[in-house]
Amino acid sequence: MATTLAPTVPPRARRHGSRRGLKGYLFVAPFLVFFAAAFIAPLGYAAYLSLFRSRLVGGTVFAGLQNYRDVVHDAAFRDGVLRMARFLITQVPAMLVLAVVFALAIDSGRLWAPRFVRLSIFLPYAVPSVVAALMWGYLYGPTFGPITQTAHHLGVSAPNLLSDRWMLPSIGNIVTWEFVGYNMIIFYAALRTIPPERYEAAAVDGAGAVRTAVHIKLPALRPALALTAIFSIIGTFQLFTEPSVMSTVAPSAIDRSYTPSLYAYNLAFTDQRLNYAAALSFAMGAVIVLVTAVFVLAASRRRS
Amino acid sequence: MKQYLLALTAAMGLALAACSSSNPTPSANSATISPSTKGSITFWTWVKDMDKEVALFNKKYPNIKVNVVNAGQGSAEYKKLQTALKAGKGAPDVVQIEYQYIPTFTVTNSLLDLAPYGADSLKNKFVDWSWGQVAKDGKVFAIPQDTGPMGMLYRADLFKKYGIAVPKTWDEFAAAAKTLHAKDPKAYLTDLPPNEPGSYVGLEWQAGARPFDVQKADTIGVSLNDAAAKKVSTYWSGLVKDGTVATDPDFTDAWYQGLASGRYATWLTAAWGPLFLQGTAKDTAGKWRVAPLPQWSTSEPAAGNWGGSTTAVTKQTKQPAAAAAFAMFLNSDPQSTALLNTDQSLFPATKAMLSDSTFLGQKLDFYGGQTVNQSFADISSTVATSFQWSPFQDYVFSEFNDTVGKAFSKKSDAGAGLNAWQAAVVSYAKDQGFTVP
Repeated sequence: MATTLAPTVPPRARRHGSRRGLKGYLFVAPFLVFFAAAFIAPLGYAAYLSLFRSRLVGGTVFAGLQNYRDVVHDAAFRDGVLRMARFLITQVPAMLVLAVVFALAIDSGRLWAPRFVRLSIFLPYAVPSVVAALMWGYLYGPTFGPITQTAHHLGVSAPNLLSDRWMLPSIGNIVTWEFVGYNMIIFYAALRTIPPERYEAAAVDGAGAVRTAVHIKLPALRPALALTAIFSIIGTFQLFTEPSVMSTVAPSAIDRSYTPSLYAYNLAFTDQRLNYAAALSFAMGAVIVLVTAVFVLAASRRRS
Repeated sequence: MKQYLLALTAAMGLALAACSSSNPTPSANSATISPSTKGSITFWTWVKDMDKEVALFNKKYPNIKVNVVNAGQGSAEYKKLQTALKAGKGAPDVVQIEYQYIPTFTVTNSLLDLAPYGADSLKNKFVDWSWGQVAKDGKVFAIPQDTGPMGMLYRADLFKKYGIAVPKTWDEFAAAAKTLHAKDPKAYLTDLPPNEPGSYVGLEWQAGARPFDVQKADTIGVSLNDAAAKKVSTYWSGLVKDGTVATDPDFTDAWYQGLASGRYATWLTAAWGPLFLQGTAKDTAGKWRVAPLPQWSTSEPAAGNWGGSTTAVTKQTKQPAAAAAFAMFLNSDPQSTALLNTDQSLFPATKAMLSDSTFLGQKLDFYGGQTVNQSFADISSTVATSFQWSPFQDYVFSEFNDTVGKAFSKKSDAGAGLNAWQAAVVSYAKDQGFTVP
């Protein structure tokens, strides 16, 4: 199925490319320079920092890998990673399924005002996540929030969406609201690349709308699904803005190490433990690489 | 007590004299500035409309340009400041710092000692406890700007409606909380915000808790769970478990609505609270009154402090004399201090303002014509002077939310939370290289 999306490169052009490799590097040099300055250098500096330990009394000392050893045994870090893992296996599938359904619906051509629907689902993506979190934080409010008030008028009691128990689903809802449209657009774009001949062939074979969706459209979405899943894995483990903003309205449900990113931020800027925060960030990076690699391997094995 | 203070003052004076020789003392020319002195300094503050005070300063020193920058409020500003200090450049010349964060910046040796620039002569202009917070061992690290002695704002109409007398002791307060909640299950006598270590520590301060004891630069006594702190946590735990006080986080939309709608019948707040409330709960005008905090012992009225800021000069400044002159002028010039009160609603830190008849006699309609300033000025004199903060207060406050604050919002044992707070802070202090006796 991957062939539908992969650009077809004639063999002759490929040969030319390897011979003129040096020139090619010249063309990407401006990018490489900025990449090194803005990405590699800070990363290297952070790695360097993570090998030291600076203290208010006694200054900075070389600590070797001690910071990393501490991270491995840090219960707060472990809890944060596990919390994000729970988030990953619940929120991400829900969001992607929803996005696929929306994309199929719009692509089916049976919607009234499809452009309007497409835009309104996509619009939340344009809302800055800080604003989104503030807004939802207000909607969730246990005393004066509209959700509670509405439930109250209907004579039912709404759960406290800002409590310990509901916080993760509540954040999941915000993230889904923000990103479902973005994923939908990717799926929709993938659906548009399906050559019309296939639909014609399917129609000739007597396939209905559902059959076409299941046997032609869904398989065509597989590469896009893998892509969005990887984006979501990375995004999940880097979850920061939403819990950070929500912690002001629900301080007891979101502690300082609620997500690994929030923890790293607090370590660096509240505790002034920059070195430890750097080590923790690398550990987090390793977790992300690991989870993504496992996903990619599993996905490719299934395909073959 | 007064004699002790006098002795302390004298000792500080001596220490100062001893210190000034070892300090990199600026020469007579560079320590003071004249109207013709030229310069440009940057001032980080989150107080609005500071340009007005700058204009006053520029009347006297027309050639010093002051760039006022709002780098965020409280914690947000300190994070930027700390980053700039670590980077070695980018810090402002003059910066607003709350009292509780001064040790955080002196432990890293980031604040300029203002004594050589004449700040030591300002000592008697400021309320004793506030000066105690900015000066140590003859050095002056900041100039007090405003203070926040704590009192109680209450809804006189609700008190009357439910037959509650203004509580003078904490026992009466607890009884009133019970009465009020029984008569109106939707209302609470007060809110104990679990995310507000500042006000909670103010209440501990009142009860006599002394969480930190910094004697030497590398030694810090930590007793966040001392007897007085335990007394306070047991007290509030009881009210929280009975459900007679709310535990909503403060300064959120829901909390503002709570203040405006009568969900909370009192707000235990600082002297900057009255004007703040007036701006956020306009519809309740005329219904509020002011009283001192309920007391643990009526024979010895006491109060804690919550908030209030100082103006400090960072060591990164290239123009220490101009920066110091500005910090001192801003907070001690009579016109400037008057303006800080009238235009920016700051509760004064200077004795002159606190005994100024116009200031004291000001009647606020929002409080039924009560002379609110007089009430808080009286409270101000009952704030205990010997209160110390840690050199890592950001961590201490942040950990409060996850221990004591969490216990309150979960209605679990706040005593255990207090112990967890203590353990976390001790471990952090040791990790940072401090000796913790």
